Amino acid sequence: MARFVVRRLVSMLIVLFAVSLVTFFIFQVLPNGDPAVRMAGKQPNETQIEAIREEWGFDEPVYVQYATTMEKLFTGDMISYFTQLNVVEEIWKGLPRTLALAIGAAILWMAFGVALGLYTAMRAGRVSDTLLTVLALIGISMPVFWIGALMNHYLGFELTKTLGFELFPNGGYVEFTENPLEWLHHLILPWIALSILFIGVYSRVLRSNVLDTMNQDYVRTARAKGVSERQVLLRHVLRNSLIPVVTLWGLDFAVVIGGGAILTETVFNLQGVGQYAADAIGQLDVPPILAVTMFGAFFVVFFNAIVDIVYAYLDPRIRLEESSA
Amino acid sequence: MAARDETLGPDRGGSEFSPSLEIELTAEERRAGLAGAGPYRLAARRLRRNRIALSFGGLFIVLVLACLAAPLWADHVAHRDYRDIPGSSETVTKGGEEVFVVGLDGVPIGPTWRGEYFLGADGSGRDVMVRLLYGGRNSLLIGIAATLITTFLGLAIGLAAGYLRGWVDNALSRLLDVIWAFPVILLGIALGTALALGGLKIGPLEVSGSSLAIPVFVIAVVYIPYLARPIRGEVLALREKEFVEAARAQGQGPLRIMFSEIGPNVVTTLIVFFPLLVANAVLLEAALSFLGAGVQAPEPSWGTMISDGVDRVVSAPHLAVVPGVMLVLTVLALNVFGDGVRDALDPRAKVRIEH
Repeated sequence: MARFVVRRLVSMLIVLFAVSLVTFFIFQVLPNGDPAVRMAGKQPNETQIEAIREEWGFDEPVYVQYATTMEKLFTGDMISYFTQLNVVEEIWKGLPRTLALAIGAAILWMAFGVALGLYTAMRAGRVSDTLLTVLALIGISMPVFWIGALMNHYLGFELTKTLGFELFPNGGYVEFTENPLEWLHHLILPWIALSILFIGVYSRVLRSNVLDTMNQDYVRTARAKGVSERQVLLRHVLRNSLIPVVTLWGLDFAVVIGGGAILTETVFNLQGVGQYAADAIGQLDVPPILAVTMFGAFFVVFFNAIVDIVYAYLDPRIRLEESSA
Repeated sequence: MAARDETLGPDRGGSEFSPSLEIELTAEERRAGLAGAGPYRLAARRLRRNRIALSFGGLFIVLVLACLAAPLWADHVAHRDYRDIPGSSETVTKGGEEVFVVGLDGVPIGPTWRGEYFLGADGSGRDVMVRLLYGGRNSLLIGIAATLITTFLGLAIGLAAGYLRGWVDNALSRLLDVIWAFPVILLGIALGTALALGGLKIGPLEVSGSSLAIPVFVIAVVYIPYLARPIRGEVLALREKEFVEAARAQGQGPLRIMFSEIGPNVVTTLIVFFPLLVANAVLLEAALSFLGAGVQAPEPSWGTMISDGVDRVVSAPHLAVVPGVMLVLTVLALNVFGDGVRDALDPRAKVRIEH
């Protein structure tokens, strides 16, 4: 096990290094023109550009520029030339909001995805299965920012006008420490909007897994033994069908925090890390976009390594397979 | 609908794409005497019998034709200011009254349900219906062009890595790993904003930041690993087969073997991925444009139209609803049709594309 962990962590470090190189390349090397001008934002003036060129070392060789960029990111001394705010501090400020959105949505999509997948698998071939499968496909085909914006408008704004009270708020975020109930109240619609896509995906995955598992010999054996249908379903079929779904859950959760929440946050005005990046795109303000890209990808790589290690711990076959290969 | 659905392995990828070329026959197909039929004939027969998939395929064609016919609907150009357009006026007749297309406060008008301003005008007085069709052209063009590039590069990388192995495989696989490590939307944003700012210059090729080629390039790059990895896995298995050995024994070179011996055997995978990749590319274009890292104004696309519409959702919700409905219909049609294609060609195929 220790060997597996070490190997996995070393490969993680290599990928992290490669990811940082690619991000650096995308922002500083790939595009045409002067990087200092891009960094300065929409309306740069000459002295500002000169200062940025000096500070980021754009006159120096590329590897020095890379080192400077990484240093700025990790010492937290990167500022946005548009807002004059410290980029790393702003990211830390938005992080609890992004986490609140992602964790709640992940619980929601797992619960409903599994329930829906199990139900449709049990009813495979019937009308209710077809209907729900089509619904899942529609969920997968809807852009989250579109359905989110419509929910926010019709349920958060129009409905409030009609009812005379706020069943759902019209966007915004309330700190948990300030008012836990309002915190929950403001997160319900964003959670639902963000989960729709994943509920569609997970229910489809689980449905097919359950159908596959039901044809396995051990399920037939369990039935032959006289185990009740309910026990067969929960103990044998569901447990084994859930394994790939849980892996997927870990990975998707990381992707949502690492960048997937950007659209939902923007639409509901949650002011998390994603919206910070989205606002920066609107201003063509490079440093925040660079930092969010780098940290987001880092988080995904890091989280994937953790998921792998936990899996190797739970399932010895994985670490044995790896070492024999 | 087939009993099997989307499945995937523990590594979130479709790397376990089954390389089996033989399709299992159902009892009905055996009775129909199709035992010796080729895989494509069999798949075509299955697809023909899948009414749901076919009707959604038809819906997609209708949507494409409607967008292609945009100039027939619009005798004036979409993305210019209405004041520049000969024959168009600042007012329309609505309920027997002359109404300004856009109010003095910039409030757009709702649908007139007539030829001009059929779906109303947006905040700049532009005809929504016309923009919807021209925007659809851009969205579909970007989706299809990006997928063609992804398919070409994914095939080339998958073939080279899987067949040549050794350091080529190592280098290409690590490159794919790194692209794969980024969340799709984040890599799209990073590339999209960086290129929108400075444009792109590779040798003699110079692309301006507002060009449609930028989102095409960005989306194509982002999805390469999702195709190249399963292709590589298949090629690894195929290169050990007897017919490849026979070709090698005959003295055929690696390029010839890759393209004429192995290539035709991975075409099914390309076909299975194509509609699903286009669906995701169209969605990603919309998301990037919504954030300002995709199609740049004033060029229309469904994503930019939704973005404009969301800004004015209180005064004119139809501006956001209408392009969204078109987008959902298009993506849904591609997803359902793509599912049908997969079920017909290779029901065990594991397709996973991150959204």
